[in-house]
Amino acid sequence: MANDAGEDDEIVLSELDDEALNLQMQDDLYDGLKEEIEEGVRILLERGWAPYDILTRVLVAGMQVVGDDFRDGILFVPEVLLAANAMKGGMAILRPLLAETGAPKMGKMVIGTVKGDIHDIGKNLVGMMMEGAGFEVIDLGINTEAESYIEALKREEADILGMSALLTTTMPYMKVVIDTMKEKGIREDYIVLVGGAPLNEEFGRAIGADAYCRDAAVAVETAKAFVSRKHNRMSAG
Amino acid sequence: MNRRPQPGDDTLTEAGLPASGRGRVLVIGCGALAREILAVLEANRLDHVDLTCLPAILHNRPGRIAGAVRAAVERHRARYESIHLAYADCGTGGALAALCRELGIDMISGPHCYSFLEGNAAFAARAEDEFDAFYLTDFLARQFDAFVWRPLGLDRHPELRDSYFGNYRRLIHLAQSDDPALDARARDCATRLGLEYERRRTGYGDLESALTRWGATAGQANGGHG
Repeated sequence: MANDAGEDDEIVLSELDDEALNLQMQDDLYDGLKEEIEEGVRILLERGWAPYDILTRVLVAGMQVVGDDFRDGILFVPEVLLAANAMKGGMAILRPLLAETGAPKMGKMVIGTVKGDIHDIGKNLVGMMMEGAGFEVIDLGINTEAESYIEALKREEADILGMSALLTTTMPYMKVVIDTMKEKGIREDYIVLVGGAPLNEEFGRAIGADAYCRDAAVAVETAKAFVSRKHNRMSAG
Repeated sequence: MNRRPQPGDDTLTEAGLPASGRGRVLVIGCGALAREILAVLEANRLDHVDLTCLPAILHNRPGRIAGAVRAAVERHRARYESIHLAYADCGTGGALAALCRELGIDMISGPHCYSFLEGNAAFAARAEDEFDAFYLTDFLARQFDAFVWRPLGLDRHPELRDSYFGNYRRLIHLAQSDDPALDARARDCATRLGLEYERRRTGYGDLESALTRWGATAGQANGGHG
């Protein structure tokens, strides 16, 4: 994906037509070049692109390639983090504009790393990709207690709960959260997605989650599918 | 005495340790534990216990550990009376436990070596207060660049440090030996990660009890010959 250094020196983003600029920005995202992404976003805005189109057709499309190459063992965590930081730079410019311009809203997700766990790289990636897909994301951060998840779900009138854990010692806490939701009679009010390196589908089923998501891209697709199913049920009922 | 040459850390990281071919009992271990296992075998005169280690760097690719263990068991099974596994779950998500059940071999209980080196009970008792701690063993302190710094890309992108470690508060060196030079090295690792430093002498914890149990069981079953 990356251009060699000699080519990079000659590229002036503002001189590229829209299609070439889009491709160049996806390359820059892959290479984790935050300043170039911010510059590219500004250029496309000046050219009249809708913020939602920049988000989906450039940034999300670029991160999709990053995610695929991470899954396939071509990219590793440092490169994904750099790409995510670059995307974050673009998102910071676009976020205030998305609401103003009536970008589609897919639903609302409350997300957090479970109690006793401070690992948030995967959770942050999921949050960012969910936001890129049009979900509003309420990030509770790390070391999140069941009560905090539940309070946020109610307060925000969320559709989805996302829980993350990196440790085999902390992932059982996801069941504590789900069981607490059951005790309060609110489990079926929300879609519950879980993820994290030591988890698998079997674990997700065993604790009563709706789905285990192995990466950020799967989380987005799963969330979309569940939300559309929920909407269909509501319109049928 | 079961005195074997001490393997170099780089070799243990990348290649592991081949079995010597002596002894009736084989322990398959993580290369990160090779020195400690050899020390326990020697201290307890477990001369009938042989050791082979998988490359320690599998620590960073836990999805590959179970497959490597299966291959090692198959390779050595005919040669030894019994085989034991000096791994805990080690990020395999239960895959090693399932494999051990299938193959009928024993392993060390616990989530990882940080836990069993301290002793699983003691580690679990502290867990709630230490979830913001990053652990190093003696081996990982010596191999910090190979296991932490370079794989996380911090040699090329030091600006990523806080993305990885911003939520951690301290680095705890779980020390198996008393070595001032290694202590200084571990302290330097903490500084590089921007963390407070703490040293905790653990010795060999549950590793020692597992090895002596395996050695004793084999000794009894076979009348101590060999």
